[in-house]
Amino acid sequence: MSAIYKREFMSYFTSPVGYAVLAAFMFFSGIFFYYQCLYTGTTSMSGVFQSMFLIVMFIIPLITMRSFADDRKNKTDQALLTAPVGIPAIVISKFLSALSIFALCLCSFVIEGVALTILAKADWSVIIGNIFGMIILAASFISIGLFISSLTESSIVAAIVSFVVNVLISLLDTISYTAHIDVLTKITDAISFQGRYGNFAIGQISLSDVVFFVTVTCLFLFLTDRIVERRRWA
Amino acid sequence: MIKVRNLTKYYVRNKALDNVSFTLKEGEILGFLGPNGAGKSTTMNIITGYLSSDSGTVEIDGINILENPTAAKKKIGYLPEIPPLYNDMTVKGYLEFIFRLKKVRKPVKEHINNICDQVKISDVKEKIIKNLSKGYRQRVGLAQALIGDPPLLILDEPTVGLDPQQIIEIRRLIRELGKKHTIILSSHLLSEVQAVCDKILIINNGKIVADELTSSLTGTGSSTEKLSLIVEGRKTQVQSALQKIDGVTNVTYLGEAEKGCCEFTVSSRRDVRRLIFRSLAKTDFNILKMTPVELSLEDTYLNIITGKSEIKEAGSDVSNL
Repeated sequence: MSAIYKREFMSYFTSPVGYAVLAAFMFFSGIFFYYQCLYTGTTSMSGVFQSMFLIVMFIIPLITMRSFADDRKNKTDQALLTAPVGIPAIVISKFLSALSIFALCLCSFVIEGVALTILAKADWSVIIGNIFGMIILAASFISIGLFISSLTESSIVAAIVSFVVNVLISLLDTISYTAHIDVLTKITDAISFQGRYGNFAIGQISLSDVVFFVTVTCLFLFLTDRIVERRRWA
Repeated sequence: MIKVRNLTKYYVRNKALDNVSFTLKEGEILGFLGPNGAGKSTTMNIITGYLSSDSGTVEIDGINILENPTAAKKKIGYLPEIPPLYNDMTVKGYLEFIFRLKKVRKPVKEHINNICDQVKISDVKEKIIKNLSKGYRQRVGLAQALIGDPPLLILDEPTVGLDPQQIIEIRRLIRELGKKHTIILSSHLLSEVQAVCDKILIINNGKIVADELTSSLTGTGSSTEKLSLIVEGRKTQVQSALQKIDGVTNVTYLGEAEKGCCEFTVSSRRDVRRLIFRSLAKTDFNILKMTPVELSLEDTYLNIITGKSEIKEAGSDVSNL
């Protein structure tokens, strides 16, 4: 399992993907930090975290697009599936390596926190809570991205479908505002990623939000495992 | 070493494998022969656990691949039709990855160096796989199969795309590996199977149509002997002289080989070379060429594949084809 994790992690840096993802994330996080903290003169980073939801949504398909699709296209899945490793271990290794790349992106918040500490008094509990929230939000998006990547041989298709799915997820809130149907509003509120993530951004960590994101992550990792297993029977 | 029982596999509604069964003892080299789409790769993919069969079992050293896949997979080294190489890694990095993936308990550096020497890729160890030629890629693929010294090697068309020199080297290597490993290899090249394998399995349309020792398929053990002859003299006279010889069952005239010389194929029940020599010498016909004709694997293969063998089932005697 550690072998696959290490290989997958390193593969982000033998291609431009890892660097591009890190650069894009840090660029936008820097811009939001400048406008919402430095320019407005506040130490609250909530606005930065809230704005980063959109960036996370667009960046994660880039991280996950190749993980299963490329393996199938290049037939390297034959090496993995004929090795003495179970499919769950393969899925989890790929998930963890993608999550690690994302965690690297979050270093930008630490740098920004340090900058705030130098200039004024930063609220580290909010920053750390937010980083935690962003990690479990990303875990959900990554598991969805991995699932989509396992459905196709083309990493481009995987990326586009993941984008579309992520946009649909973020549109759930709009639906709930405009539909004016009680049941629908309740359902969309319950499964709204943005709404639940918003709680983290303003500094509220609730167990139900944590459980929600962990459940989504586990569900899609399980489905990915099933898809890879089912292909053996096709 | 390996027992395959009644494998059946459907691709949607297409029956890719139909009741495929065979066994292989330790140290044997089995050649898997068949036209494209016959089911060779499917069978290999099922044995290695990459695909599942719809029915049937595969046992490797008594371990069922479905019941205990991890233990069974540890005993297999697999080189698929397209080597499973990560193009962005160096050869060394890739082999180390496979080493860890297979959870091998040996000194890494020494083990990988030995394998690299064995398949002759030591000089490209630091190169990125993307930049390797087809021949080297194939050898790196073979190297990854050898990692961990698995007792069973499964090689799907190991010499495809290699130049003649490399083909000879790989064949020599396979024969050498056959001393320590049990090997299943597939090929379109009949000469290759003939040169390397102890046993041959011919598969067509998902069915095994012949399961024999190489020697009996090529006819060396057959009871009918064939000779190719070029004799100086008149066709009718030579032919009647040949037909009179005791043991000769058939004489076929093939044509005029050169001016005044006729070419024949003589079938007989036993070795009649000496009798032919004496008899023709007596009648003053000069023999210019006399060669025993072995029924080549090509002939057998084509006979079987083109349907003459429909009555032949797995394990039947095909030596007289």
